[in-house]
Amino acid sequence: MTITNGRRSGAATGPADPVAIDQWYAITALDEIPIGRTVRTELLGVPMSYCRDHDGSPLAWLTQDSLPAGAPVDARTLHAPLPTLADYGYLWTTVGEPDGGLFDIPETAEPDRRILNAGTFGIFTSGPRAVENFLDMGHLPFVHPGVLGQQPFTEIVDYQVEYRSSEIYAVNCLIFQPKAAAASTSGQMVNYTFRVPHPLCALLYKSTPEDDVRLDVIGLFVHPIDDGRVRAHLFNCLLDTVNTDGQLRRFQQGVLAQDKPILENQVPRQLPLDPDAEAPTRADKTSNAYRRWLSDLGMTYGVVARSNS
Amino acid sequence: MTAPDPGSLLHPVAGCADLVPRHVVKARLLGQDLAVWRADDDFVNVWADRCIHRGVRLTVAANDGAELVCPYHGWRYSNRSGNCAYMPAHPSDAPPRRLRVPTFRSEERYGLIWSGGSPEAEPPRLPHLEGEDTLVLRALPVNAPPDLALQGLLEWPCQPVPAPGDGASISCDSAGPFAVAVTARTGGTEEAVVHFVQPVDGGRCVIRPVMRGAPAADRRLSILRHHARQLEELRTRLESSAGSPVAVRGPSTPLQPLRRPTATAVSGRAPQLEVCVARKWLTAEGIAAFELAPVSGQLPSFQPGAHVDVHLPNGLVRQYSLTNGPGLTSVYRLGVKLEPDSRGGSRCMHVSVHEGDRLQLSEPHNNFPLRRDAARTVLIAGGIGVTPLLAMAQTLQRQELAYELHYFAQSDDHLAFGEVLEPLSTGLVKHLGLSPDQTADEIKKITHDYGTASHLYVCGPGPMIEATRAIAADSGWPEDAVHFEYFKNESELHDASSFEVRLARTGQTLVVGPGVSLLDSLRDAGVDMPSSCEQGVCGTCMATVLEGELDHQDVFFNDSERAAGDRILTCVSRAGGHKIVLDL
Repeated sequence: MTITNGRRSGAATGPADPVAIDQWYAITALDEIPIGRTVRTELLGVPMSYCRDHDGSPLAWLTQDSLPAGAPVDARTLHAPLPTLADYGYLWTTVGEPDGGLFDIPETAEPDRRILNAGTFGIFTSGPRAVENFLDMGHLPFVHPGVLGQQPFTEIVDYQVEYRSSEIYAVNCLIFQPKAAAASTSGQMVNYTFRVPHPLCALLYKSTPEDDVRLDVIGLFVHPIDDGRVRAHLFNCLLDTVNTDGQLRRFQQGVLAQDKPILENQVPRQLPLDPDAEAPTRADKTSNAYRRWLSDLGMTYGVVARSNS
Repeated sequence: MTAPDPGSLLHPVAGCADLVPRHVVKARLLGQDLAVWRADDDFVNVWADRCIHRGVRLTVAANDGAELVCPYHGWRYSNRSGNCAYMPAHPSDAPPRRLRVPTFRSEERYGLIWSGGSPEAEPPRLPHLEGEDTLVLRALPVNAPPDLALQGLLEWPCQPVPAPGDGASISCDSAGPFAVAVTARTGGTEEAVVHFVQPVDGGRCVIRPVMRGAPAADRRLSILRHHARQLEELRTRLESSAGSPVAVRGPSTPLQPLRRPTATAVSGRAPQLEVCVARKWLTAEGIAAFELAPVSGQLPSFQPGAHVDVHLPNGLVRQYSLTNGPGLTSVYRLGVKLEPDSRGGSRCMHVSVHEGDRLQLSEPHNNFPLRRDAARTVLIAGGIGVTPLLAMAQTLQRQELAYELHYFAQSDDHLAFGEVLEPLSTGLVKHLGLSPDQTADEIKKITHDYGTASHLYVCGPGPMIEATRAIAADSGWPEDAVHFEYFKNESELHDASSFEVRLARTGQTLVVGPGVSLLDSLRDAGVDMPSSCEQGVCGTCMATVLEGELDHQDVFFNDSERAAGDRILTCVSRAGGHKIVLDL
């Protein structure tokens, strides 16, 4: 396979970042893909296209001049399609050779779960910056005041970060939230668990007003257009019998609209992996672990790699 | 002549009039992005445009008049110093002093803000602009290298226009490495405009023209119109001759931030700072106020509740709380009450220390930290005990957090720092001329309704602190919500015992004999212990205890901390039994 744009071009330059290339990425929500019509985008700087076949199955391919945006697609004649998955409501594809399938989200098998793409947002930032923001609790009272946090209750009490089968977990993350979910009617101390199973995907588990035991699952699946632009998908897998899809979407979109201007004002757009590049505190344990994990994976795309000095 | 290094010169980065109160202006100089803002004390800050925590541009931060507040995690950075003043995720922690935004020089001249440069550099002084008012004309960013713009300005006079008449002439002259002066003469009259060129980076600049003299209102509009037209024309010419988008070259030397002395590690009890008494005044009956300015460099940052050790000319060392509110970083302001039974400390400060004198200080220590995540904060001050609480009240007021400052004093004449109290009016409650019993009754009223996320801070005479702690406990305040700081340890110290101390890390064993403090024994054994008050008040000389009964003689710990028995103040406290083991 030859991929242009310098990221991977077979024998010519070799893979720029095999860690980033050999991953599945959620490109778009399945139910938002037109049937039999080309949609163009980019993945890791590589022009690619996708559509759904007439039987509803997703198709993806490296962009071809013969198929401009909107052009009709016939799956039988499509040359060299990219591998695809249809999981958790999204079209996943890759421009590399992933080692196996996707990470598991067991909650998606529960019959009473509401599963939907609550929104896809174009953001001028890198994938790792977007994921780190999703893992960050300290910003909630400032960026989402009155919803996911409230001043002056800004303290981040100590929590635990663990590695479980090469994923990151942050557990016992407590924060006071005035309106933790669309179904909330009052403020509460909310207990979060964060999980990072993929360099550009993160999940959070939080208590829900509707169930004493089971947890709401919210995911951020990042589609890296290049190393400074993403489309961020907000995945919902909720226990919510109150709200319509529209209300759930409005809630999540309100939240992401508050994050977007912050992310777009971070410099550099790429996430610095050098521990001295930015000033972390104890509250940033999860993001420290995430940066170290990316560094250990050898990820170089969308980050400022550690200097070896 | 070799061209001077642009990095060694000061350059304009903004017009003074651009710095609207409570705003932050974006600028760029020699490849460095800058956030420029004016504080309420009129100081102009020129900082790197990046929060050191997570890289958010500070040009999107809020300017509250004393601090910039990053919108991402609420980190606060102080006027002048750029020090991080508060990290809201850790409401009871003092941010390390190394956390600060890189800051750059700022000077005002000819209506412009100047920055960059070596520490000795001065903004240019030009005869064309001296001795008269100046009018800052419209500045224009140009996508062309600075040298091209300078060349263009010599060839294309934008402004002024000579008045019609005999011998009208116009001349363009270089006025330094980054300025072109245009002079128009008619007969005996002469007008001048100096065009300063701000080198943004290798491929871009901003032309900032300044006109000598303020033209009459009727001419002003036509001058501005003509100027705008000419400058636009010049920009078009420059950008077309600069060709396709110029590759942005970095500056030859990167902009050097101001270097600040890094805080030294606390060591022993030696003074670390030299200051000068910039101002001394009587702020209330029997209370002298002092403003202490650094002899060189910048004062170390501190948090509300902090104190410094003052090394007095007579050899004594005394602790005084800092009263500074947010943003006052150029001096330490403290208040000293003349104690009638002074052992020489307060008398020396009142009688022997004068404006202009030099004093030695420790760096600020804070053993009375303020949490800023309370729903309600109650500050109770007795007399001179108001000093640390003034710093707290100003901080809470600035952050619009709910607080009350209850100030108990003999009379109006005994209220210190009236100029600070005045703007606190909403949170300030004065309690004047009360007896101890009446004071206790008032404190009962103040503390009767404890609610969650409430915190109480008390500072004043020992008996008042004791009474407040007891009353608050009766009203249901948990111990960890009641914070106190004594001035002195009034209890009688017992040092007749003798005991053994083992140091777990070094393996040493020492014997502390009668009449000798644990602190002194540790120092004799070569342990570098910090200390401040040396009477069990301030908590600086604390050590962690691994084993052994303790005989606490301090007034620093609360009852449950004492009962825990895991920490000791080495200056006054001793082993309760024969032996203790310390984590040293």
